Amino acid sequence: MLAENAVPLLRVDALRLHGPRGAPILNGISFDVAAGEVLALVGESGSGKTMAARAVLRLLPPGVQRAGGQVLVEGRDVATLSDPEMRALRGCTVGMVFQEPMVSLNPAMTIGAQLLEGLRLHEKIGVDKARERAIEMLRRVQIADPAACLASYPHQFSGGMRQRIMLASVMLLKPKLLIADEPTTALDSLSQREVMEIMADLTRTMGTAVLLVTHDLHLVERYANSVVVLKRGDLIEAGPARQVLRAPRDAYTKSLIAALPQRDDHRPAIPQGAPLIEARNVSVAYPGAARMFARTAAKLAVDAVSLAIMPGEVVAVVGGSGSGKTSFGRALIGLLPISAGEVAFRGQSLQGTDRKQRRAFRLDCQMVFQDPYSSLDPRQRVSDIIAEPLRHAKEMTKQERSTRVEEMLREVGLEGFADRYPHALSGGQRQRVAIARALVRRPALVIADEPVSALDMTIQKQVLELLRRLQAQHGFACLFISHNLAAVSAIADRIVVMSRGRIVEQGSVNEIFDSPKHEYTRALLEAAYVGSSSLASPLPADQGAQEAERSGALLGVR
Amino acid sequence: MRFRSNAVVGGLLVGALFSVALVSLFWTPYDPLALNLRFRLNAPSAIHWLGTDEFGRDVLSRAMAGAGTSLLVAALTVALAVTCGTLLGLVAGFFRGATDRVLMVCNDALLAFPGILLALGVMVIVGANKFGIVVALGIAYTPSAVRLVRSAVLSLREKEYIEASRVIGNSELYTLLRHVLPNCSAPLLVLATSMFGWVILAESALSFLGLGVPPPAPTWGNMLSAGRPYIESAAWLGIAPGLCISLSLLGINLLGDAVSDWFDPRMERL
Repeated sequence: MLAENAVPLLRVDALRLHGPRGAPILNGISFDVAAGEVLALVGESGSGKTMAARAVLRLLPPGVQRAGGQVLVEGRDVATLSDPEMRALRGCTVGMVFQEPMVSLNPAMTIGAQLLEGLRLHEKIGVDKARERAIEMLRRVQIADPAACLASYPHQFSGGMRQRIMLASVMLLKPKLLIADEPTTALDSLSQREVMEIMADLTRTMGTAVLLVTHDLHLVERYANSVVVLKRGDLIEAGPARQVLRAPRDAYTKSLIAALPQRDDHRPAIPQGAPLIEARNVSVAYPGAARMFARTAAKLAVDAVSLAIMPGEVVAVVGGSGSGKTSFGRALIGLLPISAGEVAFRGQSLQGTDRKQRRAFRLDCQMVFQDPYSSLDPRQRVSDIIAEPLRHAKEMTKQERSTRVEEMLREVGLEGFADRYPHALSGGQRQRVAIARALVRRPALVIADEPVSALDMTIQKQVLELLRRLQAQHGFACLFISHNLAAVSAIADRIVVMSRGRIVEQGSVNEIFDSPKHEYTRALLEAAYVGSSSLASPLPADQGAQEAERSGALLGVR
Repeated sequence: MRFRSNAVVGGLLVGALFSVALVSLFWTPYDPLALNLRFRLNAPSAIHWLGTDEFGRDVLSRAMAGAGTSLLVAALTVALAVTCGTLLGLVAGFFRGATDRVLMVCNDALLAFPGILLALGVMVIVGANKFGIVVALGIAYTPSAVRLVRSAVLSLREKEYIEASRVIGNSELYTLLRHVLPNCSAPLLVLATSMFGWVILAESALSFLGLGVPPPAPTWGNMLSAGRPYIESAAWLGIAPGLCISLSLLGINLLGDAVSDWFDPRMERL
């Protein structure tokens, strides 16, 4: 236990932040981070958790100002530091890892140049010495062949690897505090797991405290000592992570925990018979990259996949990034050309030249996209967006169409939003609009490509529930594409696991969850945190002991 | 309701420009073409508000009459260049492939010439008159519009709402007109307003070289070039058309900005 009067590494004291025009962002929140401790700041988007973390480094966006309170790093108020002192603090004492690995590394500089830049700026050491340390650090974040990595450019690495490189560049300076702002949100669940494990391991051995900003309670449960729950700028609940998660006192915290996806065992039986849509040995090839005089060999994104979906059945396709699941979904709906094999809809092949048949399929099959921010035309009103598919429903009168649009708006819970533009909607509301657009023509098949992965936990739950309710009501078949097994467990009848363009395992939800056969499936389950532990059930004894050991001194949060 | 000063100033300037051009069709203080050699190069006075030129013609009357010609030439040219540019840019950017390559090779070849040189060449072919200028400058300014529209379309066509439109069952043409075109209108409008300025200047340059609207008909451009030899003794000859050009450009740019914000639902309505 730390002494009561010790100066904490980071103390945030009654911090208040104001946005432009005085809109409150944080209303006086306080917490301490002790040396070596992992504290999680939890909340939905708009809760102010990122702003609180950024205030520590004085990296607030323009227009956001501190209205009161203090941020003390090692007892010094960051507001009183001069700019040179602040620069020395950034990197050396406090390091930061950002959310978006795709844009946080400079694409025009080699990894080596970027790693050495920070190191040589803060510590006056020679190039050779710096190189040595960079290679050592890259090895510790499990980059294969670190020496070659130094000479490579960021685009040559996947998101997970980039985030590990980012982590290496920050940890190279041995900061006392690491601020990790949603470090794994942009990654698929396998890379998420990998990055978090490395981060936890590295900070533990180096004695670095971590301020983890996240909306994912699974991460909190697994990695944090204490937790602070924020809601719209107010501190809702704070305390040791286990205590808060096991026995939440506040209703809001309870709702956050309840939003974690749970398995649904009450799905109606699927009628057997002819499949609605059937993929037979479908392959999708991407042309190779253009070199100066030739192209590299074509890459098979989907490799001879066969899958049949019954009417009214919900099939989830699960896999990490690069598994070909999205390409498969797009090929099925005709957005990507199929290089081999065929797709049959209601028993008739779509590869023929029968345009009428293809058009009938088009009209009977819809898609919900992943990114609600780019799937809606910013210049159309919500009602126009939803009404657009009805353009092709020639048999409906104008009156019927507007009635249908209103009905659809009501079904997705967006009454009164008809005249809004997409920019005036939240991510969850936008995704509801996208769902309404997909369902307004009452399609027989809906392909949902990661429909909830861009959303907060509580919003994810709402959107999933909406999809499930509408599916039960209208009985459409659904191909649900996701990287997260936990998310699909609530909605799927059948799970198909894809890896490197092939189906490696398929079965009912219970089969996959209770007795996974393939190694890759087990890794996915592990990464989704639903196999080993669940917040709903108490931890096994040995795991609890391990965790207590790992957490070391639990410091009370004020 | 709070007025946006930009929109108000722009609106007033453009309004004034149009009313002057309109009024000049029916009335000017003096005949803009009438020579009066007794009053050559008079400084601005109560009789001639903006003075007289080297032939004793009233500068105010000529500036008013020139407003109509300059405005007509500029508006027609911009309309021509933007229409052609949008059409070609949309097609090239949206359909890509061979169409795109052929179009862009031709376009870049045109773009490689300085606009004024290209216009000069075309002028020689179509002849020096008002509509010759429109065609010549229209061709000269189309390539930049093509480039702009194509680059906007290239980024738009990757958006998921374009794919969503296909999934809905819309034809490519409908998708292009309903979803792509409106979303590249903002940069297009900015281009059009700044092009308006370039065209007025280019028209002056052509007139200056003797290839513009033939004298004695007044345009701001040929007034400016005619005033050049007297810049030391009779500065008002340059100042009057110069001010007309800069004020109308200012007005058109401000108004263009305000209009493009107004049409964009993402901007807060004021």
